[in-house]
Amino acid sequence: MYIIVVGAGKVGWNLARELLEKNHEVTVIESNRRRYLTVEQELEHNVTYGDASELWVLERAGIQRADMVIAVTGDDEDNMLICQVAREKYEVERIIARVNNPRNRPHFDLLGVKPSVSATDLILRLLEHEVPEYGLVHLLDLQEEQLEIIEMLLGQDSRVTGRRVGDLSMPEGSLLISVLRAGKGFVPSADTVLEAGDEVLAVLDPGREEDIKELFGPANGGNGTG
Amino acid sequence: MFILIVGCGRVGSSLARSMLSEGHEVSCLDEDPESHTRLEVGLDKSWEDLGGQFTVGTGLETDALLAAGIEKADAFIAATNGDNTNIVISQIAQRRYEVPNVIARILDPLRAEWYGQQGLHTICPTRVAIDMLEGAVREGARREVA
Repeated sequence: MYIIVVGAGKVGWNLARELLEKNHEVTVIESNRRRYLTVEQELEHNVTYGDASELWVLERAGIQRADMVIAVTGDDEDNMLICQVAREKYEVERIIARVNNPRNRPHFDLLGVKPSVSATDLILRLLEHEVPEYGLVHLLDLQEEQLEIIEMLLGQDSRVTGRRVGDLSMPEGSLLISVLRAGKGFVPSADTVLEAGDEVLAVLDPGREEDIKELFGPANGGNGTG
Repeated sequence: MFILIVGCGRVGSSLARSMLSEGHEVSCLDEDPESHTRLEVGLDKSWEDLGGQFTVGTGLETDALLAAGIEKADAFIAATNGDNTNIVISQIAQRRYEVPNVIARILDPLRAEWYGQQGLHTICPTRVAIDMLEGAVREGARREVA
């Protein structure tokens, strides 16, 4: 594949190195002269100097024949727009954009720049998973399909502990799909009685998390499940 | 008309003053609190006393856009000193907030042209300068011949 990487910071440089090792053809575009000269000592002709926000710089790097454009500069606006023109003007099939500030992610989505990757978000996800007391864990987000799968640990004080699955009034747009109990998973029936320590998996329409937290959370009205 | 101007530099502030004097409601958004001073150049009253609005923040912050009144804006002008910022925020204004009249200042002629073709109203000062300079050179050449 021919891959254009924009930004020769730590992420871009290491990415380029890995891609070259996998025998891809790579051009890195870097707009800082000093950084370019440093990286050029190793990557040689695989790095080019210029501001990839400018269309002619992208064209000089051969964007017309690129299979993929990866924008990993430290500037979200640059990453967004480089990917937007790559896809919409040059019809590059695959793009990947780096999100520096997670608050900007909705803007990436709005401009149709997907997938976008945010290190901060990834670490937060890991944190959620490592610290179950945190409440509800996202296991999977299918953005395109508008579905997500979440996991919750039921505490002693959970509203649903000791209740039949059939008696729960699950919020609309949600479905209980699995219960993990004592290391084993099973699909609950209406007669399954939930116990403290159960980990329940549910599939939801996006935006139903609060309703689920409310239902499965502690009876005292708090949000945690621990 | 309610006009929201993002970027209160020389262009943004001049536009803000003239629109306000024509009787429009004008709201300015700039990340630099000092840029407020520019709005009052040549005025004997404060910007707020004259009915103007000023918010500190960037056009990428949803809270700042809302505080500056984007939801009721009839016109949105992206006039910061960064092309990338202007292109991104004008698309946000157009797509998320459905502001009827969105105008972006883009210095880079190539991108101004392409985004123009994509349905964004772009103003390219560089293009204007090039055209005027070309005109002036041709004019001079004609005078020499005559």
